[in-house]
Amino acid sequence: MSSINYSEKIPNNVNLADDRTLQRALEQWQPNFLSWWGDMGPEGSHGYDVYLRTAVSVDAGGWAHFDHVKMPDYRWGIFLTPGQEDRKIHFGEHKGEAAWQEVPGEHRANLRRIIVTQGDTEPASVEQQRHLGLTAPSMYDLRNLFQVNVEEGRHLWAMVYLLHRYFGRDGREEAEALLERRSGDADNPRILGAFNEKTPDWLSFYMFTYFTDRDGKFQLSALAESGFDPLARTTKFMLTEEAHHMFVGESGVSRVIQRTAQVMNELKTDDVSKIRAAGVIDLATIQRYINFHYSVTIDLFGADQSSNAATFYNSGLKGRYEEGKRDDDHQLNGQMYRLLDVQDGKLVEREVPMLNAMNEVLRDDYIKDSVAGVGRWNKVLEKAGIDVRLTVPHKAFNRQIGTFAGVRVAPDGRVISEAEWQANQAKWLPTPEDRAYVASLMGRVMEPGKFANWIAPPAMGINRQPVDFEYVRFN
Amino acid sequence: MNGPVSIEVLKQHLIDPEICIRCNTCEETCPIDAITHDDNNYVVRADVCNGCMACVSPCPTGAIDNWRTVLRAEAYSIDEQFTWDVLPAQGTTADDALRAGQAEGGVGAQAAAEPAGIEVDTVRGSTVPPWSAAKPYVNLYTHKAPLRATVVGNYRLTEAATESDIHHIVLDFGTTPFPVLEGQSLGILPPGTAPDGRAHHARQYSIASPRDGERKGYNNISLTVKRVTQDYQGKRVDGVCSNYLCDLKKGDTVEVIGPFGNTFLMPNHADSHLLMICTGTGSAPMRAMTEYRRRRRLKGATGKLMLFFGARTQEELPYFGPLLNLPKDFIDTNFAFSRTPGQPKRYVQDVMRERAADVAQLLRDDSTYIYVCGLKGMEDGVLQALQAIADQHGLAWETLWPKLKRDGRLHLETY
Repeated sequence: MSSINYSEKIPNNVNLADDRTLQRALEQWQPNFLSWWGDMGPEGSHGYDVYLRTAVSVDAGGWAHFDHVKMPDYRWGIFLTPGQEDRKIHFGEHKGEAAWQEVPGEHRANLRRIIVTQGDTEPASVEQQRHLGLTAPSMYDLRNLFQVNVEEGRHLWAMVYLLHRYFGRDGREEAEALLERRSGDADNPRILGAFNEKTPDWLSFYMFTYFTDRDGKFQLSALAESGFDPLARTTKFMLTEEAHHMFVGESGVSRVIQRTAQVMNELKTDDVSKIRAAGVIDLATIQRYINFHYSVTIDLFGADQSSNAATFYNSGLKGRYEEGKRDDDHQLNGQMYRLLDVQDGKLVEREVPMLNAMNEVLRDDYIKDSVAGVGRWNKVLEKAGIDVRLTVPHKAFNRQIGTFAGVRVAPDGRVISEAEWQANQAKWLPTPEDRAYVASLMGRVMEPGKFANWIAPPAMGINRQPVDFEYVRFN
Repeated sequence: MNGPVSIEVLKQHLIDPEICIRCNTCEETCPIDAITHDDNNYVVRADVCNGCMACVSPCPTGAIDNWRTVLRAEAYSIDEQFTWDVLPAQGTTADDALRAGQAEGGVGAQAAAEPAGIEVDTVRGSTVPPWSAAKPYVNLYTHKAPLRATVVGNYRLTEAATESDIHHIVLDFGTTPFPVLEGQSLGILPPGTAPDGRAHHARQYSIASPRDGERKGYNNISLTVKRVTQDYQGKRVDGVCSNYLCDLKKGDTVEVIGPFGNTFLMPNHADSHLLMICTGTGSAPMRAMTEYRRRRRLKGATGKLMLFFGARTQEELPYFGPLLNLPKDFIDTNFAFSRTPGQPKRYVQDVMRERAADVAQLLRDDSTYIYVCGLKGMEDGVLQALQAIADQHGLAWETLWPKLKRDGRLHLETY
């Protein structure tokens, strides 16, 4: 077993060099991680020098360090946002007490579960994206894919650090298991459904990073409020990196739309077959991809009514998005929240105790944020003078979890019959033909400054580098 | 008057709403809460942002790195920014003011005079004055209520045979207060109107005299003004304000506004060192600081003065004679001439590199304050030279630079 040079290989601000227990745990785990990365990390790219942003410390000057690095040599690191002296738990029944620096016994099982669930999504993304490098539409996009990958890897490290440092033997076993599950594996799948879906093409990747990584933003934001201080500080730092993933998604889809609009204007047509013949992705297909990724992702927030969610909030483990900026009592006893339900074939609202609706509260915040970005995509169409507008479907559409699992709802929110669903499914969700068409466009473009036909170049390069900068050196 | 209310120019930090993904990273990163958002946009408060750049590298999109030169009084408010779909183009009033000035500029026209904006680079330099600087008065006299000053002296500083016509102009305020500190500037309102029929914009000039007057005990100041006769392309252009000033006679009066500037100020503690780097009329604030120190030389000031001064030729260098007369143990003066016939071109940064060991010694000292003044183009070269010198001498510019900025010890003023 090779020993680790702690300050160089694992930049950290958790005093790793002096923590023998943690060192031993990581020395066991780290070679397994590298071996997992070797097997499941981006395919065929281990020798590339990639222009990566690497955190080397948590201060403003240190966490966005840009340089060409080989991905296996990326400095994964363990970073926590600097602690705030005398931080208090600011919601739930422990409100006003000092934040916990160690895990309280009575919350141990729940905290571990939260951390494992979050941690499991990180390697899952890497696994889902491992083949995409072979079909990147440009060197710029390839670099962004690799950046997303290494940051998912680092986020895995962040969760594994918490498991190792605070959960003893159980934690070590859970950390091992994170490297053993595989996305989409029938026998040992990843914990959450969306992370077992395939990311077969770049449009899916952009949708995933826009919608599903945005779920990451909201989950991490809720955990960043936690009364368990190490979890709050870890996730706070992760949020700064998660933003990059959402950027890749938002700008990626936006560039696809921009290119499509350009071709529609050149050909003066909205005929799907002509648009496809010109080698770009028609807006109807883009809309179907939105419908799919959006609906799959909002399932990630869990059941609309959940006693677990109430417990997590009440016991101070997981807050709401921007908990600190809300001006209610932060305990929510006796407060109600309106949920959607189905009665007599119609959608109706009913009131439930807000504490039991915490998943829905977070989901609704997420929805607001998602919709705003779709509005920005529409500005691209508006600017191009095209009348079509993209939308997100109704939140009851295509749900597999919670009240709407098994209920057929159209994108506009009408409850419909199974027959109507079957008759229209191909209009609302990507069909095998859509996926085959999008797949047919995928092909590697690797010359600096060149872009695949179906996507527009970005407005600006990474770190103020030019768009035709050599973001990846293939050696 | 039709002119703008204030000619203080601000490099306003803005976020591009077309590129921003509203991820909140910038707001989270900003150490002084200058960034905020509504449902539509993330925006920067012009009155809070100090250009510290902490938000810039964490931004995943690059949307954060946008700057517009505006008149401070006309900075975009956050309410205005909330409504934007796209960034406004650089332009509007500040641009008019700058354009009017640039027409008078010209390569080698190192007039602290010309563009109406003397621009303090708060992105690369300090946003705070030295801790021991005296507190300045600013904006006492405005377009609406300018002050009338009397010309009590106007001398040509450069040899009559040279093209470069630089004047030392002394203005007296009589009994009206016009309190200034070394490093501050004032505005001159040239008479007459621009071709569009509106009154001329004010032109900004660094003050070349110390706080106690060009003549000690008198209520007067001096300016260093270069006559502008060509534009950047070498075409014949008569500078609106510089020709007016250079042609003034003793006894004439001029309209003055100001004073301006609250960061490019000198330290007042006795052991502080000044590292001054300038070209042409960028020497004006350096003359003011040097003169202040010279007059108090016997009162316990132990700090060192080191000056790097560039011009095209020795003959075109203002204050050349008086500078040579200053004792060597008072100021360490280094000239760089870029057009001496038969000699290779030398710029201030070249001479700084030659004196690297001594510059490094100053950089190593926490009492050293750095001032750079001249044409905009000189900033890059000077900063690169400082970086090279620091790095060669084990001073890690990457950490030294932010510290200098934070401590009010690096001041960049260019035009």
